[in-house]
Amino acid sequence: MSAFRTQAGGRIDRTKPLSFRFDGKVMQGYQGDTLASALLANGVHLVGRSFKYHRPRGVMAAGMEEPNALVTVKRDDARITPNLRATEISLYEGLTAFSQNRWPSLAFDLGAINSLIAPFLGAGFYYKTFMGPKILGATRLWAKLYEPFIRRAAGLGVAPGAPDPDHYASHFAHCEVLVVGGGQAGLKAALEASENLQTRVILAELEAECGGALLTEASTEEASWLSDTLATLDARDNVTILTRTQAFGAFAQNFIALQQRLTDHLANPPADAPRERLWQVRAGEVVFATGAIERPLVFPENDRPGIMLADAAKTYALRYGALPGREAVVFTACDTAYAAAFALKRCGVDIVAIIDLRPAPGAGLAEAARALGIPVHLSSTITGTKGHLRVKSVSIGTLTPDGGVRAAGNLPCDLVLMSGGFTPVVHLFSQSRGRLDWNAALKAFLPGEHAPNQRSVGAAAGDMPEAMRGGVIGACPHGRDAARVKAFVDFQNDVCAKDIALAAREGFHSIEHVKRYTTTGMATDQGKTSNMNSLGLVAEALGKDVPAIGLTTFRQPYTPVTFGLFAGESRSEAFDPIRKTPIDAALRAAGAAFEDVGLWKRAHYFPEPGEDMHAAVNRECVTTRSAVGLFDASTLGKIELCGPDAAEFLERMYLNPWKKLEIGRARYGILCNEAGFVIDDGVIGRLAEDRFHITTTTGGAARVFSMFEDYLQTEFTDLQVWQTSITEEWAVIAVQGPKARDVLTPLVEGIDLSREAFPHMALREGRIAGVKTRLFRVSFSGELGFEVNVPAAYGRFIWDRLWLEAQKHGGCRYGTEAMHVLRAEKGYLIVGQDTDGTMTPDDAGLSWAIGKNKRDFVGKRGMMMPDNMAENRKQWVGLEALDSTAKLEEGAQIVATATPALGEAALGHITSCYWSANLGRIIAQGVVKGGRAKAGEVVYAPMPGGVIPLRITSPIFYDPKGERLDA
Amino acid sequence: MLLIACPYCAMARPELEFRNMGEAHIARPLEPAAARDADWAEFLYLRSNTRGILLERWRHVHGCGRFFNAARDTVSDRFLATYKAGEACPPGILTPERAI
Repeated sequence: MSAFRTQAGGRIDRTKPLSFRFDGKVMQGYQGDTLASALLANGVHLVGRSFKYHRPRGVMAAGMEEPNALVTVKRDDARITPNLRATEISLYEGLTAFSQNRWPSLAFDLGAINSLIAPFLGAGFYYKTFMGPKILGATRLWAKLYEPFIRRAAGLGVAPGAPDPDHYASHFAHCEVLVVGGGQAGLKAALEASENLQTRVILAELEAECGGALLTEASTEEASWLSDTLATLDARDNVTILTRTQAFGAFAQNFIALQQRLTDHLANPPADAPRERLWQVRAGEVVFATGAIERPLVFPENDRPGIMLADAAKTYALRYGALPGREAVVFTACDTAYAAAFALKRCGVDIVAIIDLRPAPGAGLAEAARALGIPVHLSSTITGTKGHLRVKSVSIGTLTPDGGVRAAGNLPCDLVLMSGGFTPVVHLFSQSRGRLDWNAALKAFLPGEHAPNQRSVGAAAGDMPEAMRGGVIGACPHGRDAARVKAFVDFQNDVCAKDIALAAREGFHSIEHVKRYTTTGMATDQGKTSNMNSLGLVAEALGKDVPAIGLTTFRQPYTPVTFGLFAGESRSEAFDPIRKTPIDAALRAAGAAFEDVGLWKRAHYFPEPGEDMHAAVNRECVTTRSAVGLFDASTLGKIELCGPDAAEFLERMYLNPWKKLEIGRARYGILCNEAGFVIDDGVIGRLAEDRFHITTTTGGAARVFSMFEDYLQTEFTDLQVWQTSITEEWAVIAVQGPKARDVLTPLVEGIDLSREAFPHMALREGRIAGVKTRLFRVSFSGELGFEVNVPAAYGRFIWDRLWLEAQKHGGCRYGTEAMHVLRAEKGYLIVGQDTDGTMTPDDAGLSWAIGKNKRDFVGKRGMMMPDNMAENRKQWVGLEALDSTAKLEEGAQIVATATPALGEAALGHITSCYWSANLGRIIAQGVVKGGRAKAGEVVYAPMPGGVIPLRITSPIFYDPKGERLDA
Repeated sequence: MLLIACPYCAMARPELEFRNMGEAHIARPLEPAAARDADWAEFLYLRSNTRGILLERWRHVHGCGRFFNAARDTVSDRFLATYKAGEACPPGILTPERAI
């Protein structure tokens, strides 16, 4: 057994020894140890190097407030977790941990040179030092030289390189009472609240077991109360106790986020177990029983390994049976440290002295100490410490009546316990926007007015035993040159008392500014041990009261939380929902390449063996125009609109006239917003007097549906109209090309497909291959075309039947890329690609669609705003490259001259650009200021390879008379 | 996450089910053609950007789908009332000069 283990006692299981590795060295601990307690039991204090100066650091605390002992735990190459607090890591067999921020080794760290250049690393050193020179441009030197160096030198652990193989669960929960903290106060609150068995109570405890301070020290009475209470709570079905669970965020209306750690403490976690679970709890009442954190004392060289919080040392000795040293000096401004000293003394630790800042500790304490043979120095302070990798001695100073310090000798030691008093944990309370009140007697901010249905109990509310009250905030006097002394306030970010004094001298008077300038309280511990001391220093430097300075804002998370917890199951394929059409499997079987369109997976093109995308798209375009092509258009947004006022509603929403549209006919509709800008388009067919089948763009489906709902519910409430989204109801297969009719004829029943009986822009209901269909004669390719709507469940079946027929006519399947090329050849625009939300119907060349006799429709008034009627607006036109093989790209700017002067405004830009295999040249459309009036003129598109001259034309490149549509 | 009381469902539901739809009580002019350009610009673009109690439109988009109005304090993010579309803001929420 280790020399630093007590003989008996504590909550470790001495029958279950565990071996673990720290920086490669194998050590022994017990079940129930934390990594910190196991290291201390092995005599190891040095566990890390500090952030900025790379100073040797040891374990300072025993809980989540630990600022120093940050380590990396490695299970395997993918399971590497940096920056864990050793005080929170439950030991398991085979645990492998590493220290951080040191090179080449923890004991010999070259980064410690920073300590020698420390005078240059004071508050705001980044801002002061790394400003120039500006020889490489204003920012280059920072980005190229300083930042990479600083990021390497000032650091925490290294993030794992492999994706996280674990999974994380998520759970929503409701309860009447949520208790945060499972110490005495929290358990009492849970016990009372759960007496009524109808009251659902959740208790979240950060540590592995409930009990709080009672786990360290409890009278027989207290111990039996604890076991009785836990048994009672366990027996109540209305109580859920979550251990290893931190409440890390408080949100509006008692919505609390919990992180439950499920497997990190296990040597062999079940393969299918989630590592952590995110609880999102909505509670009727929230009880904060979050306890209090002991403050360090700010004295010179107070950061050496072996210097720790007094209460933490007591916890290690009594709860874990781990003695943090053999010869301890106790330095305190709070009575609890006496109890810690006595407890350690009973465990066999030699208490060299108790140094008390105060002239008079609690009644009888000094006498009790002396009775145990412990020298007590009242009105005294520590003026410095020695020891490189572990504290070796302290220098005592006696406070003189004039405010000075008189040297009073050195004391050898290997452990220093410090206690500056206790700070109630008000983080969650404050996140909930509760108001904090300053309590001068406790030297603490306490919960004042709570958010509705919240309360604080126990030490978090300032309800502490007399011994815990009082203490100091700020720095201890030391009588040395203040500018040269390193008395740490924020241990994790290496902020000293002098840094805060410097910030105050340099004019940073707001605590929020001091925080950002010095970085105090900005480390991953959010200043749990440092905030009050830095506040005290600022108040002293500015000669103000603490409440006049105020606190910085508490933010979530209370302690660091894994990214995995937030991601939950929303990773990889489950990151976003995936929408597949009913025909998807057939497209995959046909070897389609897919593209993402919003959430949809759409067939992009269908490569034959040996074809690249370019070759496949060219073939698809040519085949469709010469024979026939099949296209899965199921993603089109579809809305069924019905009711006696359906036509009137369309009249008010779309530009076009609808009232006279005959049953069985369809029209290309254009939708604007109130500002007069085009926002959607689609073909709308009339099924009956009071029923329309509307199509929208794929991306606009939900937006249009929502917009219709808005107008129906809040503006046009006089209309009797109902709409239903039928996007997923119908599969849509476009059959396009001169052979389209031949493909359909053998399959369609009950519909006369002849040119005369079923003209372009018409709609028929009937059957295809025995399945009911809404058959549209429409074309987005410029060829004779049909769109076959069938119930989604039959989509795949009908696609396969159509494909069998299409093959007989030399047809092809085509994807979205060929669809785009074909529509561009024909001059059909895509809303959202060729328009950008600032184009009026006239800009887009669509004003022909406007119902001229309509009194009003959405967008009509907006179009008439002066700016929208102005001359020289950007208009959508065709752009013909003079060199038919020019490498033109969408997004290219269009300018008036081949060599535009610097700063010359562009006339517009290219919105669509494709290689047209049918035309044998590149085609483009774009917006150009006053474009239609400039038809025939030459403009220029500057591209990386040179300027490309373009002639402005009509956007229609293929079959301008539309004869093929009417075939 | 806020709890929002849908006046149509008559129950408080989590914020995730709702979508904010901008300021409330901005009526589309009955005769847009008669509106002056400045009036139309105000209808389109000008919003009160209130610091304090704002009346705004919400939609219970993943619930009943209805649009309704809410009085929310933009400083504290508290909902003071929700009420059906077409109704006036409940009395006692706005100061008399702002009451709608």
